[in-house]
Amino acid sequence: MTEPAQPIIQIQNVSKRFGKVTAVDNVSLDILAGEFFVLLGPSGCGKTTLLRMIAGFELPSEGRVLIDGQDMAGIPPNKRPVNMVFQSYAVFPHMSVADNVAYGLKIAGVKGGEARDRVAEALDLVKLGGFESRMPDQMSGGQRQRVALARSLVMRPKVLLLDEPLSALDAKLRAQMQFELSELQEKVGITFVTVTHDQDEALSMACRIAVINKGDVSQLAAPSDLYEYPANRFVADFVGSVNIFEGKLTLDEPDKAAVDCPGLGKVYLNHGVTGPHGADVWVALRPEKIYLHVPGEGKAVKAAAQDAPDGYNFARGKIKGMSYLGDITLFEIELETGARIRVSRPNLSRHDQEDFTWDDKVSMHWRADSPVVLLG
Amino acid sequence: MAEQDWKANKRVFAAVSLPTLLWTILFFVVPMAIVWVYSFGENAGLNEIRFSGTLDNYKRATEFLYLSIFGKSFAVAALVTLICLIVGFPVAMAITFASEKWRPWLLLGIMLPFWTNLLVRTYALMILLGQQGYANQGLGALWGGASWVKTLVGLEPLPTWEPVQLLFNNFAVVFGLVYVHLPFMVLPLYAALDRLDRSLIEASLDLGAGHFRTIMRIVVPLAAPGIVAGVMITLIPALGAYLTPDLMGGTDSQMIANVIERQFKKANDWPFGAALSFLLIYAMFILIALQSMRRKVPEVR
Repeated sequence: MTEPAQPIIQIQNVSKRFGKVTAVDNVSLDILAGEFFVLLGPSGCGKTTLLRMIAGFELPSEGRVLIDGQDMAGIPPNKRPVNMVFQSYAVFPHMSVADNVAYGLKIAGVKGGEARDRVAEALDLVKLGGFESRMPDQMSGGQRQRVALARSLVMRPKVLLLDEPLSALDAKLRAQMQFELSELQEKVGITFVTVTHDQDEALSMACRIAVINKGDVSQLAAPSDLYEYPANRFVADFVGSVNIFEGKLTLDEPDKAAVDCPGLGKVYLNHGVTGPHGADVWVALRPEKIYLHVPGEGKAVKAAAQDAPDGYNFARGKIKGMSYLGDITLFEIELETGARIRVSRPNLSRHDQEDFTWDDKVSMHWRADSPVVLLG
Repeated sequence: MAEQDWKANKRVFAAVSLPTLLWTILFFVVPMAIVWVYSFGENAGLNEIRFSGTLDNYKRATEFLYLSIFGKSFAVAALVTLICLIVGFPVAMAITFASEKWRPWLLLGIMLPFWTNLLVRTYALMILLGQQGYANQGLGALWGGASWVKTLVGLEPLPTWEPVQLLFNNFAVVFGLVYVHLPFMVLPLYAALDRLDRSLIEASLDLGAGHFRTIMRIVVPLAAPGIVAGVMITLIPALGAYLTPDLMGGTDSQMIANVIERQFKKANDWPFGAALSFLLIYAMFILIALQSMRRKVPEVR
């Protein structure tokens, strides 16, 4: 896209309360035309409520929802230029695949040949060509989901809303559908807004992700930014796996910073964090960014010293737990401080998993650009 | 596994089902068989029935007079069922979509009449519909009001109010039967609607359908099992209704059950009553058979 993308959905100061419970709390965000947008959060965080307010099934207690510049207040779901793929797929069980897909077209007044062509086109798009006369009870869950997709896409909506689209599929199929959904979205060029609690799903499909916590947007960023530069402890912990240690900021300059963590040790960063000196902060360190060294700490100290002063970015501990996952091995290590840390190690050769075992004394180091300092 | 073990253990199965089975045989199958045998017998003296294998009772039962009463009973029962369906469907939908807080109370309201004896309910309804009943008083008050409005604008007042005959006619029978049978319709409809996946309704709205179209194209077809169950459970007892037409009907509104009752009591013609009973039972069998032959709507969960 050469032109700066226009917002297709604008959510402005939207709150939603159910009785005393605030499901969505003063959320504002723009979803851009043509992007694959993901609302990510734990269950009950308000992400589905937000999606349902875009579709028109819930009305905001406060604030406005604009679709393509038009205020949606007072416009019922059947008059909105968006379509939804439901978590349960909601394929009409008493209609054939073709009748399901043609349902919305008939209402829109599309007739005869054109309707047939568009149904066939939509079914081809989701790779269900030839399934026209099947009944939903003769189809697998994955196929029913494709019917639901085709049924929405055939309406050529401005925005397609997907509520937990992959949650009911098994792991293999889910991975495949992640690719297919991304591919489909690129092909049809429609804005997709997906709700999910699964971070892998969000990271693999999204252009941008809004992480929702307790009805509020915790962070809105591209997948890699979300993972590598989480804005707060919630995002760091929710997206991916992470070790978080409390500490005090002891040094903060434009090109370097240091944090003293009682649980982990002294942490050095090769960039500034712009926090008040001596402030309470948290250091987040991803398990895969920690290098594990065979007993004997010389190598670890030397490796750490390459980009950090002596005594920084280095720790010692004892292996307390191991889980071999094939591609990687996860270690649970008890540090000398008594804190626990998780480290993952890729099994680059067939015998890598034999390098370590329970109760081995190990040393660790990490690079100066790996830790993330979180102020909240 | 446990369930299969239980079924595989024949003795446990027999022990559990034996009491019910014995009860059914002793108090249902045997009396029915006796009545069935009676239907092929003839009266021999005041309280003696001789089994002769005659088909005369059935011949008489299929005479035009009785067939027309059968026909009328069917028509009344069908009309009652239809009204129950038309009235009951919105009621069932209202209960289904009511808030969690209200639903149990609304269901209670539907079931409450069951806690009162049918006879008491019928007499209560008769008091309501009588010549001096509340229904007529209310209509009279409206009539009087209309008359008064007419005199206000200088027109002739209406003639004096004559109470409407609301009791002892076919209207009263249909009204009474609808009143009695409505819960039988509402409960299966509610059960079917309650199981309906709400997202199907939302999907229909989402695809551009209005509420009316969504009800006709999605809700009604998917509630079909409940509709069929409600129709059967209303139609069959309405067909055999006896008390309501007896108390609320006029001379021309007797239904087949009233005729049967008369054979066993006043006419003291048990064999003929038995034949009529069995014709009614056969008719119900056919209805139930038709229902079970219906194509099953596939269920997708």
